[in-house]
Amino acid sequence: MAVLPAADLPVVLLATPVTGACVLLALGRRLPGWAVDTVATGCALLSFVLAVLLVGATPHGRVVTWAGGWQPKPKLTVGIVLVADRTNASLVVLIFGLAACALLFGWRYFDSVHAHYHALVLLFVAGMTGFALTGDLFDLFVFFELMGASAYALAAFKIEDAESVQGGLTFGVINSLGAYLCLIGIAMLYARTGQLGLPQLAVALAGHGSDPLVLAAFVLISTGWLVKAAAVPFHFWLADAHAVAPAPVCVLFSGAMAPLGVYGLARVYWVVFHGVLPDGSVHRMFLVLGVATAVLGAFMCLTQRHVKRLLAYSTIAHIGLFLIGLAALTSLGVAGTAVYLVGHAAVKGALFLLTGMLLSRYRSVDELSLFGRGRDHQVAGAAFVLAALGLAGLPPFGTALGKSLVDEAGHSVALTVLTLAVSAVTGGAALRVALRVYFGVGPRPPDEATADVVTGQDEEPDATPPSTRTPVSMSLAVTLLLVAGLAVGLVPGIATAAGPAAAMFVDQRSYVDAALHGSGQLPISVPDTHWTTSAIVSGVLAALLAVLVAVIGLYSRQLPELVRRPIGRLRPVLTGLHRVHSGHVGDYAAWLVFGAAVLAGLVVLG
Amino acid sequence: MSLFAYGVGIWLVLVGIFGVVRSHNLIHTVVCVSVAQSGTYVVLLTVGYQSGAVAPIFGSGTPPRTPVVDPVVQAMTLTDIVVSATVTALLLAMVIQVAKRHGTIVPDELHALRG
Repeated sequence: MAVLPAADLPVVLLATPVTGACVLLALGRRLPGWAVDTVATGCALLSFVLAVLLVGATPHGRVVTWAGGWQPKPKLTVGIVLVADRTNASLVVLIFGLAACALLFGWRYFDSVHAHYHALVLLFVAGMTGFALTGDLFDLFVFFELMGASAYALAAFKIEDAESVQGGLTFGVINSLGAYLCLIGIAMLYARTGQLGLPQLAVALAGHGSDPLVLAAFVLISTGWLVKAAAVPFHFWLADAHAVAPAPVCVLFSGAMAPLGVYGLARVYWVVFHGVLPDGSVHRMFLVLGVATAVLGAFMCLTQRHVKRLLAYSTIAHIGLFLIGLAALTSLGVAGTAVYLVGHAAVKGALFLLTGMLLSRYRSVDELSLFGRGRDHQVAGAAFVLAALGLAGLPPFGTALGKSLVDEAGHSVALTVLTLAVSAVTGGAALRVALRVYFGVGPRPPDEATADVVTGQDEEPDATPPSTRTPVSMSLAVTLLLVAGLAVGLVPGIATAAGPAAAMFVDQRSYVDAALHGSGQLPISVPDTHWTTSAIVSGVLAALLAVLVAVIGLYSRQLPELVRRPIGRLRPVLTGLHRVHSGHVGDYAAWLVFGAAVLAGLVVLG
Repeated sequence: MSLFAYGVGIWLVLVGIFGVVRSHNLIHTVVCVSVAQSGTYVVLLTVGYQSGAVAPIFGSGTPPRTPVVDPVVQAMTLTDIVVSATVTALLLAMVIQVAKRHGTIVPDELHALRG
């Protein structure tokens, strides 16, 4: 491109949202509301276009930018590097696409929002972009904290709401503790190698090999990223933060922030630790965490009545499926995870925005008390049903393709059954909400309050008074996300590009060569990422199972005794699980330490 | 000597996290988070420490080949302190709002979110 050299794109991508945020903070008080909205959304759209250009610049290699012109010399590298390849450039496209939709949805969603909301969103996406693009371990930490700080503020945005401040505080404390453990890990690696850049670390560790200090560093750094990814048992903050954050912010939390934790783990593993740590122990670590996260997330998702919390647990379950995809440690697994991640972000974003509409129209996000109240808004109901089926993995949504690639990479019947069950359960839970709220299917549920669950009945709406007509900007944002979810599966170029991108992602040598020597071969063996018959069959099967799950949920009180008794036996387990999610920040910190110990055990044993 | 400093750093992190776990007051919780972070400063600075080395500022008093301590970890610590100031301020502001909305800052008495 003539106007802007490709090497400048990553820097401009970082600078654009930060500049927009500064302008809004400086002039926000004097600008009218529509101007603030336009500047913020325009900024996100501009960055979206730049990110697409960056993807366009990466098909035959990587875009490497040394900040401040500190080019590496043969024996001395002091600069900080941004390395864009197909995978993280696509992630940046996803981040800005979601941000644009979220900001567009916000036009008519908030009634008394000031420019600092928009500025925070822009700073948040700038942090995520930096996290995705940087090739420096300490910068990963800095951007982790930058997106963290803005995210804590966004989670507690409804500052006068009791739930909101509690959720934001928990989120802030747990993520900060995770970040500090991560920083200790980074310091250990620096102490061992004297390097902070990912490519330099790869070179240094390749000559050095593994030792207990390197192992400890890996465990601590992984802990940091897994806290952000909300893998079990680091996941507690996520449900609280999602339940309290405004719906458009949840789109970014669920679609981009948590998955970036998975990205960070994958990036650091493949560039720095691949070949240093035994494959077996890393595989075991990813697999155990993935399975635990997926199962617990699905279970908790099914038993929620607070709709945003339900969707949050479904995100946790999907994070588990992404980890299972990575556990294969092959380019096919990475490709599947990437496609799944993007497809999931789109449909989950649509679901969160539809929930936001529910809150603004009916002033509640409680599935039970909303029974049948959405009958006057069946277009939204149809969209909710479609998105829920997309979440379960109905072809041709991108989720179906991603899931089948993950299954293919896993090479295991048990894992295939697990991903099928988890996606069906989470999709089914969302479908149950849609059928109950918009179509009044099933008997009216008894509205019994239990001590162990949040209902979402007194959720504070973001706008007053309730709107009766849905503004075009809201519907447009939802439509765009659903179309994006379909496009990931339908546009042939998107899915087939995932194979080469993933092959490049797992190629440690070419990453190092590209970053340090400005050269590097393209990988030769590229996984095939096409729709197959089995992908379509398993996708349809998941969608049918989701319908079954939803129907069982709706008519659970009229089921024959034979089915009800085993479900009744699960009740103590369920109560126990709900009690574990106590909302107590100290408990969550204890689980964090426990999780780090488990990680260490998984990596060291065997 | 540096082993002792590493020990202090790790100890501060662990005792900070333990404080968060056992806390009965949210302000205490936030301060414990700061304590844990202070541990990371100690660890970082210890990584770059050299016995007998001077501050990494070359000039008339320090010719180019003088041993100096590592400036990279000092820059990292400085960044870390900035982050800490931001996060601590934000968390304390949230504690004020918790006190207003819940009427308590005892973590055991907060029941808005669970399950």
